[in-house]
Amino acid sequence: MAEKIKLGFLLLGGCAGCEMSVVDLSEKLVDTLEHVEIAFWAPTVADVKYDDLENMEDNAIDVAFIDGMIRLDEHVHMAKIMRKKAKILIAYGVCSALGGTAGLGSLHDKEELFEKAFKNTPTTDNPDGVYPQPECLVDGKYDLTLPKYQDKVRLLGQVVDVDYNIGGCPPHYSHVEAAITALVTGQLPPKGSYITNGKAVCDVCERNPVNKEGDNRTMMYRVLRTVDGVPENDTCLLLQGYVCFGPMTQGDCGASCLHVNTPCRGCGGPLPGVEDYGAQAISSIGSILKDETVTAQLKEKYPNLSKFFYRYSLPSGILPKKM
Amino acid sequence: MKKIEINPMTRLEGHGKIAIFLDDSGNVDEAFFQVVEFRGFEKFLVGLPIEEVPRTVSTICGVCRGVHFTAAMKASDGVYGVQPTRVARKLRELFFNAHYVEDHAVILYALGLPDFVVGPSAPAAERNVVGLINAVGAEIGREVLKKRGYAVKIFEMLGGKPNHPVAAIPGGWSKTLNEMEREQIEGWAHELIDLSKLTLKVFGDVILSNPGYMELVTGDMYKVPVNYMGSVDENNMVALYDGTQKVVGVGGEELYSYNGMEYIDYISERVLPWTYLKMPYLKKMGWKDIIDGDGTSLYSVGPLARFNVADGLSTPLANEEFKTFFKTFGTKPVHNIMGYHWARAIEMLHCSENILKLARDPEITSDDARAPLGEVTGEGVGIIEAPRGTLIHHYNTDDQGIVTDANIVVATTHNKGPINLAVRKAAKHFIKDGNVDDGILNHVEMAFRPYDLCLGCATHAVKPGSSPVEINIYDSSKELKQSLKNF
Repeated sequence: MAEKIKLGFLLLGGCAGCEMSVVDLSEKLVDTLEHVEIAFWAPTVADVKYDDLENMEDNAIDVAFIDGMIRLDEHVHMAKIMRKKAKILIAYGVCSALGGTAGLGSLHDKEELFEKAFKNTPTTDNPDGVYPQPECLVDGKYDLTLPKYQDKVRLLGQVVDVDYNIGGCPPHYSHVEAAITALVTGQLPPKGSYITNGKAVCDVCERNPVNKEGDNRTMMYRVLRTVDGVPENDTCLLLQGYVCFGPMTQGDCGASCLHVNTPCRGCGGPLPGVEDYGAQAISSIGSILKDETVTAQLKEKYPNLSKFFYRYSLPSGILPKKM
Repeated sequence: MKKIEINPMTRLEGHGKIAIFLDDSGNVDEAFFQVVEFRGFEKFLVGLPIEEVPRTVSTICGVCRGVHFTAAMKASDGVYGVQPTRVARKLRELFFNAHYVEDHAVILYALGLPDFVVGPSAPAAERNVVGLINAVGAEIGREVLKKRGYAVKIFEMLGGKPNHPVAAIPGGWSKTLNEMEREQIEGWAHELIDLSKLTLKVFGDVILSNPGYMELVTGDMYKVPVNYMGSVDENNMVALYDGTQKVVGVGGEELYSYNGMEYIDYISERVLPWTYLKMPYLKKMGWKDIIDGDGTSLYSVGPLARFNVADGLSTPLANEEFKTFFKTFGTKPVHNIMGYHWARAIEMLHCSENILKLARDPEITSDDARAPLGEVTGEGVGIIEAPRGTLIHHYNTDDQGIVTDANIVVATTHNKGPINLAVRKAAKHFIKDGNVDDGILNHVEMAFRPYDLCLGCATHAVKPGSSPVEINIYDSSKELKQSLKNF
């Protein structure tokens, strides 16, 4: 048997859902372990400390996955260390690849965030008006430190060189399986690209009229929120007036949201060749709205369009982060 | 003073570290549990339509992948002044119980049990789920993962995705079940009951029958006497999806009970400069610092807390285990935090039984899964028992249901004080005369694992509300006419 591939997993500013997508391989995880060895998986799964990673030789890890966005100086530091230790570095999941939902935090500045969290909520008790401090001497003798909070959310590729991206929030376990197979067999796309089947959600969606013989797609004649009426189960949601990001989103999920009669919101990331997901989404959806009345309806139904179209990708966009 | 730092704390969700200070003779003077991340969630929920919030806020945590979604969905019911239809409620509960089983299984097998199955002082490289699979054999490992996978499949079938679900609708559920799907779930439910029984057997064989481990389970080094909060139904049985929130004191006496919006009268969150996570306490008692025992205003939530506030579990097999649990400890409330792991295993069985019951419900395949929406009320509170404990989501909206304000109080946040107490106590017990090695430090880390930390959850932080804005209106002669402030 060929030598096992050494894998590393590192969670930065994320939710560990990406790591759960590996656990969700279920019994196939046991088979996977025949081909791979876990060299580092922290903090979620293994008892390895940051020192252990720092003490490893450079390039000791064959493939490293980093999930989560970059918000703290510690994230930057650890990302740089992992870059040195890994031959191949993968931005795993939409936070790492595009910033993720937490990337919407960049629409607000740090002071605004801290003031709300640590002073102005109905349950907050802060008699001295203190904020968490990078350095703090408690009771005059206990010297404690916290990582520094940075002004904006960044994606992994804005901090270190990334070899591949994988989209999804988190990636579907079937896609994880395909990606690991690609890694084990060395069948990888050109560096810098997404590991994806390259199809859009619409391409794999059973509702798509183009996939149904004899049907054509028509323009959106109205815009509805998902609380407006009940969508028909088998019909394209766009045709019914429900904004769905299926046309511009990677479909490695198998159009999973559509299975439960709910529109896609773009967690899979952009199709190959697209740099700015949100801008692409705005122009794609804009181009299928029937007329100006429908355009006005979109703005009325979704008053904050940047949070709508850039739900998972704001830090990767060219849009100014705070107006 | 010498400082030892455990960074990062491992086998948990999120980022934390432990700082331990030793005095000149090498004994523990003080220990701190620090949460070292901060994202900023509620702030950016402002501006989203409330029905988009459950799927968005779910990404606060990917381990407890169903909880923020569920609490926000319940809050969205309130915003639209609507109760889910009976069928929708059952579909939600089916989904939620499936989440409990897969989540509790992950926590036990990947995060908690390696300490016992592989050994608390085993080499660090082996103390993980892979080491656990090696210890029990690939066949059993495969079986456990496969069976747990059925719970993920139920979650995905109903929620739309295997993680960060999307099927929430105010007053309803976007997915209905056909007979074929129902049958499949019923079949999987039997497998989940098997998995839960196996888990309890592993727990019994490995921990309860091992005198050395029982010392850890019942001993003082992992004992943290505090108050407890959890939800109960009308029969005072543990309630997960919906119930009344009840608080009992250190001695087990009932202190308070509350519902919905009243949470603001019972919970305060103290800001501390050395951690990004606030420390909640019982508001009516006032802040008493980080102390345990009589007089403490700190409280715990989660499986052990639920057991301590309730009279039992509503399903027969699990209720028998509930009785055994309290018989073994011989006291109630149980303050031994290793009891968390055991209670977790029992809840797995409870939820598996619930899944079977719901899968057999004749109504579960009905299409009546969406209630007509009422007028937008502009406010909603959703409180559930997440696997890690009481979770509160509170939203305000405009008259179109667009979010204007939010407050989220998370399970792991409630436990911040007790975790700090547990870490301090374990550090003082295990670190003596300057003797410290990896095994000893792991015994300190074992003090937080029962709480099943979700620091991603806890550090959703950033509360929104309006940005501070001042608008000054001048008349034509540049005289200030009116000043509008929202702060």
